[in-house]
Amino acid sequence: MDPFESIKATFFQECEELLTDMESGLLAMEQGDDDSETINAVFRAVHSVKGGAGAFGLEELIRFAHVFETVLDEMRSGKLHLTDEVAKVLLRASDVLADHVAAARSGGSVDEGRTVGMIADLQGLIDQDRAAELGLNDDGDSAAVEEDFGFVPVVLSLDEPATDAPEVDVAALMAAAAEPVEVDEAAAPADAAPAWRVTFRPKAEMYAKANEAALVLRELARLGDVEVALDASAVPPLDQLSAEQAYLTWTIRLSGDKSEAEVREVFEFVEDDCDLEVTREGEAAAEVAEPPLAADDDASASAVEAAAAAPLDLDALLARVSAPAAEPATPAAPAPAPIAAAPPPAAPPPAQDPASMDVAGLIALAEKASQDHAQTQSAPAKAEPKADQKAEARAAAGPATAATPTIRVDLDRVDRLINAVGELVIQQAMLSQRVFESGLARSSDVALGLEDLELLTREIQDSVMAIRAQPVKSVFQRMPRLVREVADMVGKKVRLVMDGENTEVDKTVIERLSDPITHMLRNAIDHGLETPDEREAGGKGIEGTVRLAALHRGGRIVIEVADDGRGINRPRVRGIAVSKGLIAEDAVLSDDEIDNLIFLPGFSTADVVSDISGRGVGMDVVKRSIQALGGRISITSEPGKGSKFSMSLPLTLAVLDGMVVSAADQTLVAPLSNIVESLTPRAEDVHLIGGRDAVICIRDTFVPLIDVGVALGFRDTPLPPASGVAVLVESEGGGKAALLVEAIQGQRQVVIKSLEANYQHIHGVAAATILGDGRVALILDVDALVTTSRRKAPRIEKRMAV
Amino acid sequence: MNKTVLTIDDSRTMREMLNMALVQAGYRVIQAVDGVEGLEVLRAEGADVVITDINMPRMDGFGVIEGVRADPAHRATPILVLTTESDATKKERARAAGATGWIVKPFNPTKLVDAIRRVAA
Repeated sequence: MDPFESIKATFFQECEELLTDMESGLLAMEQGDDDSETINAVFRAVHSVKGGAGAFGLEELIRFAHVFETVLDEMRSGKLHLTDEVAKVLLRASDVLADHVAAARSGGSVDEGRTVGMIADLQGLIDQDRAAELGLNDDGDSAAVEEDFGFVPVVLSLDEPATDAPEVDVAALMAAAAEPVEVDEAAAPADAAPAWRVTFRPKAEMYAKANEAALVLRELARLGDVEVALDASAVPPLDQLSAEQAYLTWTIRLSGDKSEAEVREVFEFVEDDCDLEVTREGEAAAEVAEPPLAADDDASASAVEAAAAAPLDLDALLARVSAPAAEPATPAAPAPAPIAAAPPPAAPPPAQDPASMDVAGLIALAEKASQDHAQTQSAPAKAEPKADQKAEARAAAGPATAATPTIRVDLDRVDRLINAVGELVIQQAMLSQRVFESGLARSSDVALGLEDLELLTREIQDSVMAIRAQPVKSVFQRMPRLVREVADMVGKKVRLVMDGENTEVDKTVIERLSDPITHMLRNAIDHGLETPDEREAGGKGIEGTVRLAALHRGGRIVIEVADDGRGINRPRVRGIAVSKGLIAEDAVLSDDEIDNLIFLPGFSTADVVSDISGRGVGMDVVKRSIQALGGRISITSEPGKGSKFSMSLPLTLAVLDGMVVSAADQTLVAPLSNIVESLTPRAEDVHLIGGRDAVICIRDTFVPLIDVGVALGFRDTPLPPASGVAVLVESEGGGKAALLVEAIQGQRQVVIKSLEANYQHIHGVAAATILGDGRVALILDVDALVTTSRRKAPRIEKRMAV
Repeated sequence: MNKTVLTIDDSRTMREMLNMALVQAGYRVIQAVDGVEGLEVLRAEGADVVITDINMPRMDGFGVIEGVRADPAHRATPILVLTTESDATKKERARAAGATGWIVKPFNPTKLVDAIRRVAA
C-alpha cells in the first residue's frame, strides 16, 4: 500500500477509537460528569478527527468537526455549561460525526439535512453573538477554507534530501563572510538585478527559544547570493559580557529575484524576537515604514524573564574575543572577520549548556576557541562532516518508535501460533500415551518430565488463547448509539446501563456478537419497554432501563439483556403459538416454556412487524445465529417487571466442548452445545415409517432417529436401537433429532481442525479433531444431519395428540 | 549520525504522517504519545529537534516546552509546535513558553522539513 493510503487507513482506524473515547466521555457527561479532563478528552477526540481530516482534505468532515469542536471549546473554557440538554445534543452530534467519518471512509455522502440540522442545534447551544464572534454562523466555512490545503505527499528523493543543500551554503556563507563586505550602496553591483538589504538584530529571547542566527542566515542564503556583514560593535568587554544577552547585528545583501514575503518568511519563527528590516537595495531603511517589525517592548520584557542560553551569540563572542589573537585587527571597526565564526560549522559542546558556565569557564573557553577559531578560519570546509551525516541519515532512516504497552499483530500470525499450539497439545498427548503404553513407571524420570511438559503445554495453550481474547467493549460501545436511535424512533425514553465491558472473549466470537446483541436490544426497547405514558400509568419512572451485561460463567461468556418493561404477555404468546400451530391448543406448558416459545421459528409477537426490532426477523433468527456459535439463549420474564435474555457462548471457536461417541467402530464428536439429553431407547418407542425411516418417541414427541453409522456411510445395516444410545440433539434451526450411536465415551474439549482445509467437505461432518491417542475423530455437523433427516420425513415431528 | 527528531502527538495519524515525511527526508524519528512520555523519551534517548502537539492528555504541549526548557541538557534543543492557523493564541503561548517555531497543520512534507531546517543545524 502506498504510504499515504496506509496513513489514511490508520486515520480511519484511529477515528474509530477516537469516536469511542468521545462517546464514553459524552456518556459520562450525560451522567453529570463535568470534570474538565472528561470534557478535554472529548474535545481532543474531535480535534484529532478534525486534524486528520484536514490532512486528507475531507471537507465535509472538517466542517462539521469544526462546529462541534468550537462548541466543546466553549465548554472547556467554561463559557458553556453542561446540562442534560447540552449533553444530549452533543451525543447526537457525536453520532453525526461518526456518520461523517463513515461517509469519508467509504467515499459516500451524509444526510445533508441531518448535518445542517445538527449544526443548527450545536449553534443553538451558544449565544448568538458569541457564535458570530466565533465565526460559526457561516457553517464553518471559514475553518474549511483556512485549512484548505491538504497533505500533499511529496516524495523527497533520498539521494538528495532537501536538507543537504544548506551544508554547501554554510561554506559559501562563510566564504562570503571571510572577505569584508562593503555594505554601502556604492558597492552594490552595477547590474539591475534586484537585491534586498536585510538588517537582522536578534534579541536575547530569540536565543532563549533555541533559535540560531546562523540557521536563519543559512536559510536566507538558500534564496540567492548573499553578502553578509556582522556588526559586533555592541559586544561589551569580556567582564561585562552576559552569556544571555544578544549583541550582534547582521546586515545581509541578498540578490536574486525573490519577493519580500519570501525573504520575510525565513524570519517567520524569529521576527518577533529580533529587529528586522527588509528594504530594497537603494532605499534607506528609514524610508520604509516597518513599525510592526520594530522591537516589541512587551515581548522583550517578558523574554528577559525567560532568559536562557544564547549559544550562537556566545560563539560569535568567543570568536570575537579570540579574533585579536588571531590577527591584529582594529577592534573599533565592525570586524567582518568574526562572521566566519558566527555560523559555527560545528557547534562547540559548551553551546549545549552555556548558562551553566561560570565566567572562569567562559574565559578558558574563549582561549580554547581562539585556537579553534584560527583553524576554523583557515578551514571553513569544516562544515563538510555534516554533509556526511546526512548521507548516513539516508542510509539508516528507520524509525525508532518509543515503546507502547500494546502491539498490533496480524491475526494470521496469531492463528498460526494457535494452530501450532494445537499440534503441540496433540503431540504431547500422543507422547504421554506412548510412554504410558511402553510400561515406564509413573515415577520414572521420563514420566515425571512428561508431566511437567503437560502442565507447560496447557499453560501455553491458555496463554495463546488469551492473545485472541478481547474485551467485549468493542461491541458494547456501539450500543449506546443504537439505543438512542431506536428509542427516538419509537418515542420511548431509555437509559442503557452496561456492565462487564471488559469481559474477554475470543475475537472471532466478538465479531459475531454484534448482531444478536443488536437484535436483543432492539427487541427490549421496542417490545419490552412500555411507552412513557404507559410507564407513568403503571407507576414506573417514564425512563425505562435496559441493562446490557457480560460475565464469565462456567468457561463460557454470558451476555444478558434485561429491561424493566412489561414482561412477556404469556396468554398472548401462548395464543399466537397455538394459532400458528406451533403448540397444541391444550399443551401444558410452564411459564418458562411459554416465554421461550418466542424463539420458535415463525413466531413474532409484534402485531405489525416493526421496522425496528424485527426487520421481518424474529427471535428465532437470533437463536439460530447464537447456536451457530455453539451458544444457547433463553429468556426469563416477570409480568410487569421486565424480561431478561441470557445467551451463553463458548469463549473460543478454536476449541469445542464435545461428547465423544463411537459408532460403527469410529470415534466421533458431537458438539455439546447441540446436545439436549441422552437416553437408552426402548424398542417399543421406536417406530418405522415407510418401513425404513425410524422415529423415536421421547416424552410424547416423535423425533427422527438417525443411525449415525449409516448416515455417514460407515455401514449399511442399522444398529438395533435398543443396543445403542440415543443422543437427543437440537439443530441451529431448532429441529430435533436423536442420533443413535453405540456408546458414549465421555465429554472432552477438542481442538477444531478444518476438514475442508485438509481434505474436502463431507456432508454431515463439520470438522475433525485429533484425539490423545493420535487418531482422527470427526466432529458431527448436527445441523446437516437433522436437516437431512427432516427432509426425508417432513412431517415426522408432530406433537402426539394426548 | 543522522539527526533525531522526537515527535510527540497523541494522534497516531499525525505521528505516522510526521514519521513518513521525516524518515523520507533522512531523519531518525522517535515518538511519544503524550507530554509525559515525550519528556521521558527525551531524557532517555535525547533528540536534536522536538516536534510537539499542543492538545494532549496527561501533559499538553505547553508542559512539554516548559519541561524541555527546564532540563539543562535541552535548554537549547529546538522545539516546533504543531498548531492550526486558527490557534493564534496558542502559538503565542507556546512562543512565550520557549517554543522555537511552529508547524501549521495540515502540513506538507516540504514545509515540515523547511521548518526543521530553520531551527536545527
